[in-house]
Amino acid sequence: MNALKNPANMFTAVVMVIFALTPFVAPAIGETFYVTVFARIMIWGIAAVSLNLIMGYGGLISFGHAVYLGIGGYTVGILAFHGVTNAWIQWPLAIGLSGLIALIFGAISLRTKGVYFIMITLALAQMIFFLSVSAERYGSDDGLNILARSDFGVSFFSLEDKMTMYYTIFAFLVASVLVSWRLVNSRFGNIMRAAKSNDARVQSIGVATYRYRLTAFVIAGIMCGIAGLLQANFERFVSPDMMNWPRSGELIFMVVLGGMSTLFGPVTGAFVFLMLSEILAGWTHHWHIIFGPFLVLVVLFARGGIAGLLAPKSRRE
Amino acid sequence: MTKPVALSANSLIKTFGGLTATDNLSLSVETGEIHAVIGPNGAGKTTLVNMLSGEMRPDAGNILFNGRDITRMAGPARVRAGLARSYQITSIFRDFTTLENVMLSVQATQGHSFRFWKPVSRDTSLIDPARALLERVGLGDRMEVRAGDLAYGEQRQLEIAISLATEPTFLLLDEPMAGMGPEESQGMITFLRALKGDYTMLLVEHDMDAVFALADRITVLVYGKVIATGARDDIRNDPAVREAYLGEEEIV
Repeated sequence: MNALKNPANMFTAVVMVIFALTPFVAPAIGETFYVTVFARIMIWGIAAVSLNLIMGYGGLISFGHAVYLGIGGYTVGILAFHGVTNAWIQWPLAIGLSGLIALIFGAISLRTKGVYFIMITLALAQMIFFLSVSAERYGSDDGLNILARSDFGVSFFSLEDKMTMYYTIFAFLVASVLVSWRLVNSRFGNIMRAAKSNDARVQSIGVATYRYRLTAFVIAGIMCGIAGLLQANFERFVSPDMMNWPRSGELIFMVVLGGMSTLFGPVTGAFVFLMLSEILAGWTHHWHIIFGPFLVLVVLFARGGIAGLLAPKSRRE
Repeated sequence: MTKPVALSANSLIKTFGGLTATDNLSLSVETGEIHAVIGPNGAGKTTLVNMLSGEMRPDAGNILFNGRDITRMAGPARVRAGLARSYQITSIFRDFTTLENVMLSVQATQGHSFRFWKPVSRDTSLIDPARALLERVGLGDRMEVRAGDLAYGEQRQLEIAISLATEPTFLLLDEPMAGMGPEESQGMITFLRALKGDYTMLLVEHDMDAVFALADRITVLVYGKVIATGARDDIRNDPAVREAYLGEEEIV
């Protein structure tokens, strides 16, 4: 277990063990509240991992990534509203729609670069946000309650069971990290990482990079859509706010805070970001006054995020 | 004894606003030769390379590569057809190791890269050809070094190795000696001379020693126009060329 000597990996392992054991430990110490907190953190973790795939490894700073939380979430919510709770219909549809929207938005936005890319992803995402705000039938601003969670139609696996819900989220978190690990180190990931640092050169060795970026954009959209459908199920509630632009900004921040272009950084980022806002909000009503400067300091002084702070001096993945 | 033409540009025109960077330019490169393009700054040499590599579209004229019209072909497709380029300003993947730089290029020759699962770091079908190429170009003992940490001359060599790994038949070399000291330049001349015969080359270069040491034929550009083209020694002795260009650099 040489890998555990690296403090960043150690931290990762500790966080994962906490996630894994919380449903047993929290009730024992009388803090069942933490089961809910950690489930939320893990859902954001999946979304942040998906954003890191395109932002950290592909250099594509999407400022509209939370829209896929909304797509995944609202697909579940609207279907449930119309009485369709069958997971075998809800989930493939949520995943398919997230992928389709990512394909369309990616095809448009990937024709631009830099600030324009950021602005276009933001604009496209806000379009869907306003669509959800104007959907009076589905609650507009107030959102939509979901009366029943996705139903897989089998007795041994029901999301209405707290443990099942929690460990389903946990399994998807582990899967999302595993998938990005394989992707990043594959031939596909090799093109992505190279295009991030020098797109013209990748083209000049004969690779048309647009298709690869678009594919990555769609994969990330689908992964975030899954986080959205989990969030809708867990909270039994969806609202336009889950895909409003501050959520996209928070996702970017979680990635930067935890460590861009590191496999587990986004999960660490989500963990620290949400725990800290939780704790600070418990202290004072004006917790943003502390949280804001903290975020600024991290960006200024910890370039590699938490993963960068913890990593040994000569770091290579 | 004319050899078949590998690449020809016919009546290329490119303007940027009011500036004519390429003015009715025609040239042809025979298979197997090193054809140098020289000219003072602003003569439109890099514009020419960019049009030949597909990074810019000419406003008029056409480009034939092995008899095929590639004027409208995108850059990456030209590379797959065997037309590779190197850059005047070193363009490598600085955070990749030397080996990884060339592996990426080898990967580009092996069909699409929509392969999502198998790690490249243990892929011998990439590692072996990349190692072999780096041994051949003299970077064999620098394979695990981060490319950004290589000496400048080595980076210039890597720049060309990346292009060679795409298995081209034709190399567009945009000032390979740019920024090099005399010793490094000499090394690069030796390096390119060793490649001669295996590849057809169009060499854009400022370093006249290099040009006269390497080129079979030379085309002289001034303000986007060809003012002379011919065998190396004819160009060296051409009075119009001496006046327009060589005289300025005091070449004997």
